[in-house]
Order: sequence, then C-alpha cells, then structure tokens
Amino acid sequence: MTNEEILSKLRESFPDAVVEVPELIDFTVAIKPEAMTGVAQFLHDECGLDYLALLTAVDRPERFEVVYHLWSIKDWTTEPFVLKAYVEDKENPTVPSVTPIWRGANYQEREAYDLMGIRFEGHPNLKRLVLWEGFPGHPLRKDFENRTYTFEELEPTRPTGPEW
Amino acid sequence: MPEEDLVEEQLKRNIFLTTVDKVYNWGRRSSMWPVSFGLACCAFEMISTGMARYDLSRFGMEIMRPSPRQADLMILAGTITHKMAPQVLRIYNQMAEPKYVLAMGNCAISGGPFPSYAVLQGANEILPVDVYVPGCPPRPEALLHGFMKLHDMVMKQSIKTVSWYKGQGSRGAREQGSKE
Repeated sequence: MTNEEILSKLRESFPDAVVEVPELIDFTVAIKPEAMTGVAQFLHDECGLDYLALLTAVDRPERFEVVYHLWSIKDWTTEPFVLKAYVEDKENPTVPSVTPIWRGANYQEREAYDLMGIRFEGHPNLKRLVLWEGFPGHPLRKDFENRTYTFEELEPTRPTGPEW
Repeated sequence: MPEEDLVEEQLKRNIFLTTVDKVYNWGRRSSMWPVSFGLACCAFEMISTGMARYDLSRFGMEIMRPSPRQADLMILAGTITHKMAPQVLRIYNQMAEPKYVLAMGNCAISGGPFPSYAVLQGANEILPVDVYVPGCPPRPEALLHGFMKLHDMVMKQSIKTVSWYKGQGSRGAREQGSKE
C-alpha cells in the first residue's frame, strides 16, 4: 500500500483527525493528538504499518510536534510514513501513548518526556530516561536556559538511596 | 688473605644506606595501581597506554584494579557528566589512602568543549586533582608524562608530613551527599 493510499483510507475512517499534509521531504500527515490512539491502531492493524522506527518531538514557537516514522515490515518501501501529532497546548503538552500498539515506543516516549516534557498518557512506565527524576526543566525545549551547573547546585535535585 | 678481611670485603659490596622515605616512596611509586575506570573517549588513549606499544608495565602500573579498594590512582579519563559525578565521587571515597587523582583530557580538567547543563565543569569541583594532562584526547606519551610527574611528586613526599599518615585524615575530597 502506498503512502497516498494510506492517507485516503485514513481520511475515510477519521475525517476529523487529519489537520494538514505538509509538503516535506518525507510523506507527512499531521493529525490532532486526541485522535492518536484510534489512528495509530488503524495504521497498525489495517494499513500494515507494524514497525515504529522513530519517535521524537519538535518544539515550534506555536506548538509541539510529536513525530512518528512508520514502516511496514512486510511491504517495505523506500520512504517512511511520517505521522505528526500537533500538540497546541504549550503549557501542558499531552499525547496518548502508542506503546500498547508499538512496543518499541516505550523508551522513545520516555526520552521525549525526559528531554521535551511531553506527557504520554497510558504509558506503562513514564519515568525520565536519561536524566534523573528531579532535574530542573527539560533540556531540549527552546525556553530551557543552557547554562552550566555546579555539583552543589544539582545535588539537592538528585534522588537518594541506592537508585543512583 | 685472612678470613676476616674477606668477610669485610663482601659486606662492603652488600650493604647500602638510604632513608625510609626514599625506600617507601620508591615502593609506592613503582607499584602505583590505577583503578580501571574510563569515562569517555580518553579511556581509549588510556587503554592504548596500557598496551604493548606504550607499555605501562614498565612503571609497574599495568595492573588496573577493578576494585577501588586496591587502587592508588584514579585516572579521570573523559567527560564527567553530572549524571556520573556522584559515582566518580563514590569510587574515590572508597579508595584507601594514599590515593591520587589524575585528570586526563580537557573535559576532566575544565569541562572542555561542553559548557552545558549536562557536564561537570572540571574534576577539581569535587576531587583534589594532583596532575592535569591536557589534550583532546592526550596522546599516550602525554599521559605517561603525567605519570612521571606524579611519580616525582610521590618521591618528594615524606612519611612525616603527609596528611594521610598517623590518622590525620583524608585530604580535601568533597563530602558525599549528606542525605544518604
């Protein structure tokens, strides 16, 4: 199934979900985050996109974008089907988790949560992946001030006990 | 030749006079075991220093101890991230005195090319560093030169004045997390 066919099928089944189809290098479909669970399940089950190669997030001035690169193992093409969820809420960005559908999303959603501060609802274990719980801020956000820290400054934020 | 004269001649050839400090420091210097511990890419230069071409065993230092309890020297080979810094400090605190710290490479010295939220800006923030070896990464020769400097330093110490002898306590390492 080509990406264009997948898009028309998607438009049939979820008429309200697709926000836009931006002209990018890869074939990209932007959807509303509320429709994420249904769209993801549909793409996985009906369109054969059973492999999530990449999950990441982008900080734009007006919104956050969560990016999913989807492939089909059976019907391998030369370019990915790129799904984007436009999260308009900059204060408290939330997207439904796709970990129940693609298991490989687990750590990548944790990474996006850690570094970009996007909450993935329904994630089985949404803890910070790289930094420790309690680190001030989310470093990949544009409003994060990238300064240096001393050891003393970060010491009170660290978890106690044998965890570290 | 009478027998007495012969014994005296033998003794002359076999008795040497020196100081306690000199023998003691020579022993410590000649078997200074580093803790096997690499933080980043500088660790590869450290590893190659231990291999046959540069041959760390010439100085009795090839025995990289996996346990800090048996080590005398900590080579900070690489970037010290804030995530790793407490563990570095913990390993240092587990080492028995006398212990020495060598900061290898620009990252361990000052944070190097990473003035960022993630990297500790210099090992001397948390540890008393004895020798700094600059470079990115330093060549094995530079690391060996650093070892020679450290050996010179050890040879100049005296058991009468060092802080770790006679229960005078460890020198300026940072106290670890009072919360623990």
